[in-house]
Amino acid sequence: MLIMRHELLLIAITVILLIVEIFLPNTQKRKIILPAILLMAAVTILGFFPGTPGILFGGMFQSTALSMMLKNILNIGVLIIFIQSVDWLKQDQNKEKVSEFFLLMLSTLIGMNFMISAGDFLMFYIGLELATIPVAALAAYERLKEKSAEAGVKLIFISALSSGILLYGLSMIYGTTGTMYFADVAPLITGAPLQVLAFIFFFAGMAFKISLVPFHLWTADVYEGAPVNVTSYLSVISKGAAVFIFTIILYTVFYKIAVMWSEVLYGITILTITVGNLFAMRQQNLKRFLAFSSIAQAGFILLGVIGQSQLGMTTVVYFALVYIFSNLGAFGVVGIISNRTGKENINDYDGLYRTNPNLSLVMMLALFSLAGIPPLAGFFGKFFLFTAAANQGYYWLVLIALVNTIISLYYYLLVIKAMLLNNSDQPIAKFKSDGYTRLGLLMCVAGMVIIGFTSVVYEMVFNLSFGLY
Amino acid sequence: MSILTLFIIIPVLTIIGILSSKTHMQVKWVSVVGMGLQLLAAIGLILLYLAERRAGNMAEILFVQDNVWYETLNIHFFLGVDGVAVAMIGLTALVVFAGIFASWDVVDLPREFFTSLILLATGVFGFFISLDLFTMFLFYELAVIPMYLLIGIWGSGPRHYSAMKLTLMLMGGSAFILLGIIGIYFNSAPGGGQLTFDLIKISKESIPVNVQLFLFPFLFVGFGVLGALFPFHTWSPDGHASAPTAVSMLHAGVLMKLGGYGCYRVAVFLLPEASHQLGWIFLILATIGVIYGALGAIWQKDLKYINAYSSVSHCALVLFAILMFNETAMNGAIMQMISHGIMTALFFALIGMIYGRTHTRFINEMGGLMKVMPFLAVAYVIAGLASLGLPGFSGFVAEMTIFVGAFQNADTFHRVATIIAASSIVVTAVYVLRVVGILLLGKIKNEQFELITDAKWYDKISVVALIFGITLIGMAPLWLSDMITGGLGPIMQKLLAAAPILN
Repeated sequence: MLIMRHELLLIAITVILLIVEIFLPNTQKRKIILPAILLMAAVTILGFFPGTPGILFGGMFQSTALSMMLKNILNIGVLIIFIQSVDWLKQDQNKEKVSEFFLLMLSTLIGMNFMISAGDFLMFYIGLELATIPVAALAAYERLKEKSAEAGVKLIFISALSSGILLYGLSMIYGTTGTMYFADVAPLITGAPLQVLAFIFFFAGMAFKISLVPFHLWTADVYEGAPVNVTSYLSVISKGAAVFIFTIILYTVFYKIAVMWSEVLYGITILTITVGNLFAMRQQNLKRFLAFSSIAQAGFILLGVIGQSQLGMTTVVYFALVYIFSNLGAFGVVGIISNRTGKENINDYDGLYRTNPNLSLVMMLALFSLAGIPPLAGFFGKFFLFTAAANQGYYWLVLIALVNTIISLYYYLLVIKAMLLNNSDQPIAKFKSDGYTRLGLLMCVAGMVIIGFTSVVYEMVFNLSFGLY
Repeated sequence: MSILTLFIIIPVLTIIGILSSKTHMQVKWVSVVGMGLQLLAAIGLILLYLAERRAGNMAEILFVQDNVWYETLNIHFFLGVDGVAVAMIGLTALVVFAGIFASWDVVDLPREFFTSLILLATGVFGFFISLDLFTMFLFYELAVIPMYLLIGIWGSGPRHYSAMKLTLMLMGGSAFILLGIIGIYFNSAPGGGQLTFDLIKISKESIPVNVQLFLFPFLFVGFGVLGALFPFHTWSPDGHASAPTAVSMLHAGVLMKLGGYGCYRVAVFLLPEASHQLGWIFLILATIGVIYGALGAIWQKDLKYINAYSSVSHCALVLFAILMFNETAMNGAIMQMISHGIMTALFFALIGMIYGRTHTRFINEMGGLMKVMPFLAVAYVIAGLASLGLPGFSGFVAEMTIFVGAFQNADTFHRVATIIAASSIVVTAVYVLRVVGILLLGKIKNEQFELITDAKWYDKISVVALIFGITLIGMAPLWLSDMITGGLGPIMQKLLAAAPILN
C-alpha cells in the first residue's frame, strides 16, 4: 500500500475536504482555507519519508525513487500556490466557491501523480486527462469575467485536440507492438515508418501540453484570462509534470530512436526559446509576459532533455524545481498586486520600489533567477542544462541558447527597470500584504537562494536519476 | 580556512550590516569599516605573500582552500592566489575603499547604493581568488549585474540606455565565456579520468588543438568585451559617462581588469597553442583599440567621455601586452592593469568631485579651477601626468615594461604593431595636457565658480589614498614586479612549450 502513498494521501484529503465542504454553510466556505493548507502541508511532509519502490496492477503503476521525488516537487509547488491564493480566495466574488478551488486543484494533482507513475500508456493517458480537465474548470473560475470564461473554453478545446492527437499516436504504438506497457513497448520500437508516425503524434500531443513552439498558440490567451493563481499553476505545475513524464517516456520507451528524436528536439528547442523570447519582449501585460517567458523556459528545459543521460534527467528535474520557485515568486507578486489594485501591466509597476520595496525585491530576485543570474538558483539550473547539452556535443545549440539568455535578460530587465529605475506620478500605492502571501513569497525566495548554494538537492536528484537512460 | 575566505566573508557581513542599519550615516560608516577591514586584509595578504616567498615557499599557488561543492560535476570551491592575483586584490581593495569615500554624497536610497556597490566588489574579489572555472564565472556574473542598478538608478544623462547597453553587452560576453568554460570542462581530461573545472589541474593537461582553436575566440572575445577589446568596447564610454562617481571608479578601475585578467588567466593560460595561432587577429584589434581610444579621447568635450576613451586605450594596451607572449610584456600588462586601475579611479573620483561643484562636465564651460580648488586641481594634474607616463608615477613603469617587452618580438608584424601602439603615448599627452590647460589654468569663465569650495575631508581621503598608490608603484616598482614575475612562471612555461618553431 505504501507504494501508492502519495496518491492515497491526496485522495484522502480530497475526500476529507469534500465532506467538510458539505457541512459548511454557503457563507462560511472560507473556513476551509486553513484546513486545506494544513492538510496539504502534512501530505507534502509525509511525502518526504522514504517509501518503497515497486509496481502495482501488473506493471501499470510503478513507483520509483525518482517518481516519488517528482511528486514531492509537485506537492511543494501546489502547497505554495495554495498559500498564495488565500488573499485572492478571500475576495467577495469568490466566497461561495472557495472549496471548489482546492478540490479541483487536488484532483489535477492526483492525475499528475498517476501520470508520473504510469507504467503503461493507458495509465499515462488516464492520468493526463484527470490532470487536464479540472484545470479547464479552474481557468474559467471567475466565470463572470469574459476573459476567464474564454480561457476555460480555449483550454478545454486545446486539451481535447491534443489528447486526440496523442491517443492516435498511442493507438499506432499499440498497433505496431501489440502492447501498452512501457517495458514491453521499448524493445519493439524499431523505427518502422508507422512507429515514427506514432512518435510524431505522441510528440505533438505532448508539445501542446508543454506549449512548445509551434504548438504554443493557446498559451498566452489562457494565461492572460485565467486567474493569476491558476495561471501560475498552469505554467509551473502542469508544465513541470508534463515535462517529467515526457522525458521519462522519451528515455525509457523511445530510447532506441533517440537519434531521430534528438534531431527533432534540436529544432524545436531553438524555435521554442527564440519565439518565446521574441514575443515576450513585446508584451505589456505581465501575465502574457510571463506566459511567453515560460514558453522560453520550457525550451531551456529541452536542453536537458536532449542531454540524454543521467546528467540530462538530473538537470531537467533540478531546473524544473528551480523554475517552480522562481516562477511562483514572480506570479505571487503579480497576483497580490492584481488582487489589491487590479493592475497587471508593466507600466503600472513604475516606481514600485519606492512604495512597496519588499514586493519589488522579491520580484527582482525571481526575475533574476529566471534570467539565470548568480547567486540565485536559476544560474545553477541554467548552467547545468547547458552542461547536459554540451555533454552530447551540441555546442552550437548551447550557443544559440546562450544568446537567447541575453534576450531574456533584456525583457526581465524591462520589468526591473520599471520597478526600480522609473519614477511615476501615480505609483501603485503602498499596501500591506497578509501573512499568507508573505509566507508564500518567503518560501519562494528561500528556495531560490538555498537550492543553488547547497549542492544537496542536486546530488539527491542525480542519485535518483540513475539507470533511467 | 585560508585567509582568502575573508575576502568573501567581510563584504557579506558588511552587506548584512548595511541592510540592518537605520540611518544614512550608519550605512556609510558600516561601509567604511567593512571596506577598511578589506583593505587591511589585502595589505595583510600582500605582506603574508611576500613573507611566504621570502621563506622559500615556491608553490605555484598559495593560501589554498579546496572544498567540494557539486560532487558529481566535480565543482569545487577552490581558492588560491599567485603573485598576479595578490596584486589585483590589492588594487581592488584600494579602489573600493576610495570609492566608498567618493560616494559620500549619495542621498537617494543610500542603503541600496552601498549594498549594490559592495556586492559588485564581492564579485570582483571572488573572481580574483577563485581557481575553479565555475566559481570564477559565478563571481564574474555577480560583479556585472549590480552595474545595471547602479547606473540605472544613481546615474546621470541617458542612464537607462547606458545601463541596458552595458549590461547586455557584458552579459553577451559572459555567454561566450560560459560556452568556453563548458567546452574546456568536457576536454579537461583528454587522457581519461574525471572531468574538472580546476584551473590548475587543467593547465597541467593539454587540450586537443582543434578544440582549442574552437574555444579560444569565444573565451578571448568574451573576456575581451569587458576588457574593452575593439570593436566590443562601445558599452564603455556610454556606461562610464552615465555612471555615478564611485561606479565609474570601480568599473574602469577594477571591473575592466576582470576582462584583461580573464584573457590572461583563462584564455591564454589554458589554450596556449590556440593563442599562438590566433593571437595575431586579436593583436590587430588591440592595436587598433589603443590608438582608436586615444584619438577618440581627443575629440571629446565631456570629461567623463575623455577618460572613458582613455580607459579604452589603456585597457587595450593590456590586451596588446598579453598577446605579445613574452615575460616582460606580460609583466607590463599586469603592471598596466594595476597602474591604470588606480589612475583611472583617481581620474573618475576627481571628475565626480569637480562635477559635484561646477555641475558641468564640459571642458569648454570650465576654466581656472586651479584658483578655486587647488587641492583637486593638483590631484588632477598628478593623475594626468601618471596617465601620460611620466617617470616617477606608475604609468611610466607599466608602459615602459610593455613596450620593451613588445619590442623583443623580432618579426616585422609585432614591430609595426608595437610602433603604432607606442605612438599612442604622444596622443595621450595631447589630450591630457589640453584638458589640464583648459580646465585648470587660465581665467575663471563662470562667475559662480568663484564660490566653489575645495575638497572636503572625505574627498581628500579618497584622493590621497589613490595618489599614494600611484606614487608607491612609481617610486618602488620592484617589489611589485617581482611579485608578478613569480606568478608568471607557469603561464610562460606553457606558452613556450606551445610556441611554434620560428624560422
